[in-house]
Amino acid sequence: MKKPLKHISIVGFVMFALLFSSTSWVQFVTADSLNNNALNNRKVLDQLARDRGPILVDGKKIAYSEPVDDKYKFQRKYGSEGLDPRAYASMTGYYSIVSGASGMERASGEYLSGDSDALFYDKVGSLVTGEQPRGAAVELSIDPKVQKAAWDGLGNQNGAAVALDPKTGKILAMASTPGWDPNPIASHDSSTAQSAFETLNNAEDKPAYNRAIGGNLYPPGSTFKVLVAAAALESGDYKPDSTLNGPAELDLPQTTSTIGNSHPGACRNGGSPTLADSLAESCNTSFASLGMDLGEDAIKEQAEKFGFGQEMEIPLNVSASTFPEDLNPPQLAQSSLGQYEVRSTPMQMAMMTAGIANGGKMMKPQLVDRVLNANTLEPIKEMRPAQMSRPVSGKTADQLTTMMEGVVEDGTASVAKMDGTKVAAKTGTAQHGPGAAPHAWFISFAPADDPKIAVAVVVENGGNAGNEAYGATVAGPIAKDMMEAVVEK
Amino acid sequence: MSANPNQGARPRPYRLAELGLLILAIAVSTSAYALVGLGTEDTIPANVYQYAAWLAALGLIIHIVVWWKAKYADPVLVPIAVLLNGLGLAMIYRVDLGRDEYQNSGVTQLIWMTLGVALAVGIIIFLGDHRWLRRYTFLSGFAALIFLMLPLIPGLGKTVNGARIWIGVGPMSFQPGEIAKILLAIFFAGYLVSYRDQLVLAGPKILGIRFPRLRDFGPIIIAWVASVGILVFERDLGTSLLFFGLFVAMLYVATSKVSWIILGLGFFAVGAVAATFLFSHVGQRVDGWLNALTAEEYNKTPGGSYQLVQGLFGMSNGGLTGTGLGEGRPNMVPYAESDFIYASLGEELGMAGLFVILLCYLFIFQRGIKTAQQLRDGFGTLLATGLSFTIALQVFVVVGGVTRLIPLTGLTTPFLAQGGSSLIANWMIIALLLRISDNARRPVEEFHTGVLKITEDPDDATASARATGNRNDTKRVEGAREHAAGNLATDRATSDDAPTTNLGAADLEANRSDEGPTTNLGTTGGER
Repeated sequence: MKKPLKHISIVGFVMFALLFSSTSWVQFVTADSLNNNALNNRKVLDQLARDRGPILVDGKKIAYSEPVDDKYKFQRKYGSEGLDPRAYASMTGYYSIVSGASGMERASGEYLSGDSDALFYDKVGSLVTGEQPRGAAVELSIDPKVQKAAWDGLGNQNGAAVALDPKTGKILAMASTPGWDPNPIASHDSSTAQSAFETLNNAEDKPAYNRAIGGNLYPPGSTFKVLVAAAALESGDYKPDSTLNGPAELDLPQTTSTIGNSHPGACRNGGSPTLADSLAESCNTSFASLGMDLGEDAIKEQAEKFGFGQEMEIPLNVSASTFPEDLNPPQLAQSSLGQYEVRSTPMQMAMMTAGIANGGKMMKPQLVDRVLNANTLEPIKEMRPAQMSRPVSGKTADQLTTMMEGVVEDGTASVAKMDGTKVAAKTGTAQHGPGAAPHAWFISFAPADDPKIAVAVVVENGGNAGNEAYGATVAGPIAKDMMEAVVEK
Repeated sequence: MSANPNQGARPRPYRLAELGLLILAIAVSTSAYALVGLGTEDTIPANVYQYAAWLAALGLIIHIVVWWKAKYADPVLVPIAVLLNGLGLAMIYRVDLGRDEYQNSGVTQLIWMTLGVALAVGIIIFLGDHRWLRRYTFLSGFAALIFLMLPLIPGLGKTVNGARIWIGVGPMSFQPGEIAKILLAIFFAGYLVSYRDQLVLAGPKILGIRFPRLRDFGPIIIAWVASVGILVFERDLGTSLLFFGLFVAMLYVATSKVSWIILGLGFFAVGAVAATFLFSHVGQRVDGWLNALTAEEYNKTPGGSYQLVQGLFGMSNGGLTGTGLGEGRPNMVPYAESDFIYASLGEELGMAGLFVILLCYLFIFQRGIKTAQQLRDGFGTLLATGLSFTIALQVFVVVGGVTRLIPLTGLTTPFLAQGGSSLIANWMIIALLLRISDNARRPVEEFHTGVLKITEDPDDATASARATGNRNDTKRVEGAREHAAGNLATDRATSDDAPTTNLGAADLEANRSDEGPTTNLGTTGGER
């Protein structure tokens, strides 16, 4: 029996060799890929148990972790005195045991959790001091006064408002309504968290969409005329005082339909308005014919210079605004008025406004101002302004600014007039379906001669004004409040 | 038959080595227990001293009993069993702490361990010689079948996770298959040692392979049918595989017939493949194994790969050195304290810890095989082989399943997993291995284990009267018959239809060395 015993012994050793191999395979060879597997929920749970860094607005905590006595060790909380968590939810997002992270909680997750390589020296430091490693604090560029003006102004209406510092690209406000409260989703009670998560995602008016940078996007309406005017000036064939064709009704080629003005009758100068006049009174017929004269390519090119067609990270993802392709003349005419299939985020319109305000230099919008050591509040990383593009020349920018001032002084945007401060603006009232109340738009910047803030506001379906809504009446006051929060009266 | 090979270099008992290793095992187990407390609740458990004392008492009791009754037993078996059992206890306690509701399962398991050690001590004390078990060959086989069928009795048997391998009496659950595997090992050893010659030499030859006569082969067919029966009626691929593997290994050692092994494995493979298609639960296991990391399998209920994949995530999270006891998330894996305790240990002790555990099992296996090689009797050789191979195979099936080497089946990890039946059965196996290894290493002149008792004849007068008859000795060898058969089988592969009428040479040798060559009993089948 000696020989078969030896064989049995070998069989046993082979079995154990296989087990040593399979164990190494799982724990060493493929460990990284298993750890990063999409099905693996341990990473989120591991991070949940860490002292996550806060998200700050003007030095105050809008999202922070508090030690609690349960298995997750830290409870994530949102909002603090003067900072309504619902007004900031579209930026902070949530950090949840059941649904992971969203918003800045996800986009800045590496800093907040302390995983980022940028925190390497901090981590080494905490090894030396024996201190529990902490995530870093992320300070947003948001100005709480502007944010409050946007949030209060939108109120119970659905819509969005974005404010940028034209010179740096700092995002001063970014509101999306309806707002929502991240606190219940961050609950450690999984059924509470789950039902709050489902409520957020299944609600009819889609609060989970960050309307400022994503969601379904909006037709920009007449605010887009600024972009068409920019294309006209950049072409070299037009000046602000060039005369355009602005009849009461414009026949569209190849069809029987016509384009009319929002106010009855022909445009200024008996149907022959200047470019500046056309912008001031938002003449549809003159911009429709201007657009058809410029052609699809010129407008599309100008739109792309302003950022259309381009996704961005601020570090939240900004959806690409779109200008349609292969247009026939009627479609091009409609598109020139910011209708048809032109779709834009409020962020895109704010960027365009800021680019004009900044003399034609469009800065990259950024939401993170600084990353700080959560213990010492020493900066680890500071935001550096970055130029994104040069959509128009300085001369064109100046001309556009003057024209937009004209819109406030002697046009549709008179609601934005401020004592002692020059304001440049453009209104928009975007149709988006038969019978549906229009989206009310307002873009503006102030002071026009030394811009500190550029704003884009949209109120969905006319807001509380419904079918009676105009950009000036519904969105205008919100934009004005936001500008006033920055500009000294 | 001249001098026993062990007589030249007199074997040392190594009892102090066992004590040293045992103290180490108890220290490691207690530290693990304390670390669990530190890791989960930042304090050393208040009862750590009682815990240590309890473990130490169990360890020392079995150590002393072994010293007293089985002085030459293998010195690493007890420390390894205590270490594995202790690590299992710590992890069971740790998983319990991770639950929402504390179930005190660590204490329950410690009670089972106490019971297991008590049984082991009983076996070492009362089973003076493993060859006694050979008397109960067929009784063991019969009992094993009864045990195996118990779960099928309506009202008694319980179905857990699709496998009907449990019986429940009131709040108590028991897996009779765990005990059955020991009984089967005894049965196979006794049966094969008696009939191996018929199996090998008699019977028709078909296609160059000599097959045994049907009547000799009967019990083997019963064994095969039992294995498949478990698969079909109790729906447990693991146990079925375990029994069949045990049988095939022992048959091979007894007969050296490779062809039958291939045939047997072929049969089993056919059965297993058929089962994959016939029974949904087996098919599910295979699908969950092949496509484990797909979202479809992961989210499938019931069946699916959720448990397996969570186990893999736990192990990968542990990496090389583990998260540390109490610092991981073993509770995310269903059955983290029983079926998946290997993954739980892998997460918190890392690959390093698992290698130590695998080495422990490898040691048990290797010492068991070594004992089998040293033994002088065929029954003991087969039994030691069967028992140690059972442990190795069981570890292979369960660890292979957890690490996705083979499809997952529901077997317990010996000594580690929560569960009384398994723990008791494994302590019994250790006790038997201790007994057998003592027998294997004990010098011949120290054989006082009771099988071979050399006694003075109480009546000199009758002795002298008898001396005029067939016998001329004044000594009587008692109880040698059982012993003899085994030895004969070991030493000579001769035909042996009536083993009880022969005496083995070793017994005579033993007799001689103690008292001088005074026997002349019966014939010894041409031994000399």
